Amino acid sequence: MYKYNIDMDLVRFLEEKALKIRKDLVTFVYRIGMGHLGGELSMVEVAVALYYHYMNYDVMDPKKQDRDRFVLSKGHCSETLYSIFADLGAYTQDYMVEHFEVLDKTKFGMHTNRKYVPQIELSAGSLGHGLSVALGMALAARKQKKGWRTFVMVGDGELNEGSNWEAIMAAAHYRLANLVLIIDKNKLQMTGTTEQVMNIDPLDKKLEAFGWQVKDIDGNNMYSICEALQSLPPADPISRRKPVAIISNTLKGKGVDFMEGNAKWHGGGIAKEQCDEALCCIDDNRKCW
Amino acid sequence: MAVLTTFDFDQMLSNAREAYGEELLRMADDGLDFVFTYSDNVAPSSSAGKLVAKYPERCFNFGIAEPNQVGASCGLALGGEIVYSQVFGPFLSLRAADQIHTDIAYNDVNVRLIGTHAGVTAGGGPTHNCIADLALYRAIPNLTVEVPADAGQCCKIVRQSHSFEGPMIIRIDRGGSPNVYADNNYELVIGKAIETLPGADVTLISAGSSVYWSLMGAKILREKYGISARLIDMHTIKPLDTDMIKKCAGETGAIVTVEEHSINGGLGSAVAEYLMESGFSGRFKRIGLPDEFAVLGETEAVYEYYGMDPKGIAEKVRLLLK
Repeated sequence: MYKYNIDMDLVRFLEEKALKIRKDLVTFVYRIGMGHLGGELSMVEVAVALYYHYMNYDVMDPKKQDRDRFVLSKGHCSETLYSIFADLGAYTQDYMVEHFEVLDKTKFGMHTNRKYVPQIELSAGSLGHGLSVALGMALAARKQKKGWRTFVMVGDGELNEGSNWEAIMAAAHYRLANLVLIIDKNKLQMTGTTEQVMNIDPLDKKLEAFGWQVKDIDGNNMYSICEALQSLPPADPISRRKPVAIISNTLKGKGVDFMEGNAKWHGGGIAKEQCDEALCCIDDNRKCW
Repeated sequence: MAVLTTFDFDQMLSNAREAYGEELLRMADDGLDFVFTYSDNVAPSSSAGKLVAKYPERCFNFGIAEPNQVGASCGLALGGEIVYSQVFGPFLSLRAADQIHTDIAYNDVNVRLIGTHAGVTAGGGPTHNCIADLALYRAIPNLTVEVPADAGQCCKIVRQSHSFEGPMIIRIDRGGSPNVYADNNYELVIGKAIETLPGADVTLISAGSSVYWSLMGAKILREKYGISARLIDMHTIKPLDTDMIKKCAGETGAIVTVEEHSINGGLGSAVAEYLMESGFSGRFKRIGLPDEFAVLGETEAVYEYYGMDPKGIAEKVRLLLK
């Protein structure tokens, strides 16, 4: 069934990490009283796979010149990244809570800020920006003949923004083989399903028609993610090939029963009881994965 | 800072839109590293077109898609490049406003956005007029806004901006405005206005191609009415050289601003805000495009219609001082 030889120990290691990050994330959002848990939970597996294995990246040396870049275009999902940076040793959760949106003592915000958090590549929040920026980064690597790769994650609701389609056209025009677009397709946006609010399907056919190579994966299944990331073509800055788009089919609120697939959990804080229940859910659901 | 000009040198037509491309080409030839992003209005025959032909590996065309061009310019800068980005001015400010705000200014990147066709210089009517950009740029933190008075000054700003830290807007007109300075051997300091013409009765504060029209207006005032008008070239709109405004307000007692922009939100507004807060009680007038979609016509005819030509400027100043 699978073409690529995936190390199952790696898959299990990443699954364990995803479990921990999910729990850290829920606890963190409870403690700071705000977040966007729906989209932050849906993207956990992909973010974990990239930061713990597939990217050349060191959170303790975040500006290393030849690092791979990860641009989070849906900048409101910052707490997933903060939780990963903390688990990798850059911060403690206590420190992040103490410095979360406290006026001029701020080190962390709901929307990503690269000046506050050096591990963040782009200050974002306004939707529809990250893909253009990532394509600029990929052009910089080509001009410098450097082999680093740029990953950019956008939300599926975010694809409503027209600037994404300008960038989708341009990345294919420049045939940037060192650019990987990951669409966290959790099928919900703020007030309802993407199908109800603004239908984007058939997304695979649209991207293919624009000149992209498309991979359709289960973005909450670590094996599926590893298979997609392992099979990426080399990040060759010179060769011109189709850029790769990974449609990462996920569940908004993944892992927490009362949040899963419910647009109501797009944003906001959670109470202590909800936090406790969510942590139980995550442990219980682990057995099902 | 005083850099004198006169009324009587041969004020040949200059072309800032050609000049920026020529300067970038010279900079590339001099070995300075940068990239150039551009939109689908750089003709192959233009000087910027020659840069693209000679250095294709560092020039990127983005077609007609300003938000993507500005966003990608941010990405190139975050990838370690110094970026010059040419965009048709009205569409830079209005279409890519969010990208300028968030990608360029908030992310604090070394991108120099060159907005062309300032004011009504594009011709073609209100869709192609660039009259609200300075109002936007002034309200966005962390932007330095340069409006060169002529081609020679444009070259100085483009060259200096290579080693400048942070984002910058360089606003130029379509081209074809006369030179203001006969001799380009003067020092230009970003953020420091130039006293272009001495005068005691009133101060004209201007930027961009309006500096030339103001210079000619000052000539009429002197020769026809015996009014001694000082002229300030406020090439940096932000940060504003308030020391110069304070000095002129104190010494001449009357201030008139002249700009190729809506009178709302641009240079005139910036100067007025400063003067009011500093307790200025002298006479003050803004000259610029009124709060309406401008009439259609040749650029100079539109200037004349709105009293922004030398005669109109002189008349408005005379009435203010009456």
